[in-house]
Amino acid sequence: MDSALIPKEAKRCSFPVFAVGIAVAGVIVLWGVYAMGLCWLKGLNQTNMNDYYGFALWIWADLAVIAIGGGAFFTGLLKYVFGIDELKNIINLAVVIGFVCYSSALLILAIDIGQPLRGWFIFWHANVHSMLTEVAFCLSLYFSVLIIEFIPLILENRKLDKIPFFHHLSHNMHGVMAVFAATGAFLSCFHQGSLGGVAGVLYGRPFAFREGLLVWPWTFFLFTWSAAAYGPCFTLTVLKIVEKITKKKLVKDNVVYTLAKISGWMITTYLIAKIIDTVYWALVTAPSLGFNFMSFYSNNKFYGLWILFAEIVLGGIIPAAILIKKDWRENSKLLILAIVLGTLGVCINRWVMVLQVMAPPVMTFDTWALYYPSWQEVATTVLPVAYGVILISLAYRYLPVFPQEKELNAE
Amino acid sequence: MFPFCFEWVWDAGHLLFFGGMWYTIIILGLGMTYCIFKSITQLW
Repeated sequence: MDSALIPKEAKRCSFPVFAVGIAVAGVIVLWGVYAMGLCWLKGLNQTNMNDYYGFALWIWADLAVIAIGGGAFFTGLLKYVFGIDELKNIINLAVVIGFVCYSSALLILAIDIGQPLRGWFIFWHANVHSMLTEVAFCLSLYFSVLIIEFIPLILENRKLDKIPFFHHLSHNMHGVMAVFAATGAFLSCFHQGSLGGVAGVLYGRPFAFREGLLVWPWTFFLFTWSAAAYGPCFTLTVLKIVEKITKKKLVKDNVVYTLAKISGWMITTYLIAKIIDTVYWALVTAPSLGFNFMSFYSNNKFYGLWILFAEIVLGGIIPAAILIKKDWRENSKLLILAIVLGTLGVCINRWVMVLQVMAPPVMTFDTWALYYPSWQEVATTVLPVAYGVILISLAYRYLPVFPQEKELNAE
Repeated sequence: MFPFCFEWVWDAGHLLFFGGMWYTIIILGLGMTYCIFKSITQLW
């Protein structure tokens, strides 16, 4: 039925099977859209956000998808600026994932601001002293970069490529892609950092507050570094999921190992900085503000030392150790364990820096404030996942996402 | 926001934020314009 659109010599499942899969994900999307409609029509009272939690599940999801979508800018930087040419075999997937993640982040923000019709105010009435303004500027512009990076892949569709103008345009855009990739990396560094900066400048929240360099708290640099370090883990995780579902090998091992090794060393260096930051905060910053370390991890029903252990050890040290040791990263099961733990690790980090920040008491009359999302918040947070499944499925079916697919699956 | 808007102030914050934003938009715009024009000329 749609065979004319499928890349030449590529094998795909039948259209009815594909349509059923898309329909299942589509039902989840509709559930999310219904919840989104409720939030827009009835207001943010549909959420469980309150005076304690001005930032809640959406902002965690926002920061998490932006962090795991960091594989796009970092892989682009490695390929186009540092010239690691073998990554050309995985860069398309990284761009598709980046596009999904950043469009999801913007969608979540459109719900979160309550009145999306006034979203443009941040550009016209900008508060130039706000980290969030920097985030909004860089996020929007980087999404433009991702659209530009995605266009050549769309134009390489079998049908579109037959149109001479599109064929030339795709080729010419590849020719100047290094300029776009470098611009994207510049923008990413700033918005990833500013998202960390938002937490670090909260001097009224001693769990998050950090000293820093000039106007940037240390969390600014940690967020940028962690996105570059863990983003490739998510790219590789999606690759493994697609390979499992399609029962095909889509990227050669040497490409996977190269990206995994770089990610491993990035995580290692990030962890050194993160551990130093945590120790300094525990021994100097928090006590100087009148708190001791354990006051942030005790006397409540949820947050204990386990979350610190999960973030630093399970989601950091273990994946880093596996990815930097050649024998371990070349073991397929250990590799999958490492990239999944890495992805979870950075998501836990973002949870800690968004939600745990709000929970501990800061005044003498305060108590721990725990937060449970409403179903509308859950539905609108699951929405981007289902949307991502649909977009990646469409991209895999109709676009030449994996240049090595034909070679690796020759009969 | 443009410098001729009533809210504009000639300070470091506005220059850095909006300078960076317009600089990036110009790079992206010129890059795409170059690709589109080159593709049109290649048709003939």
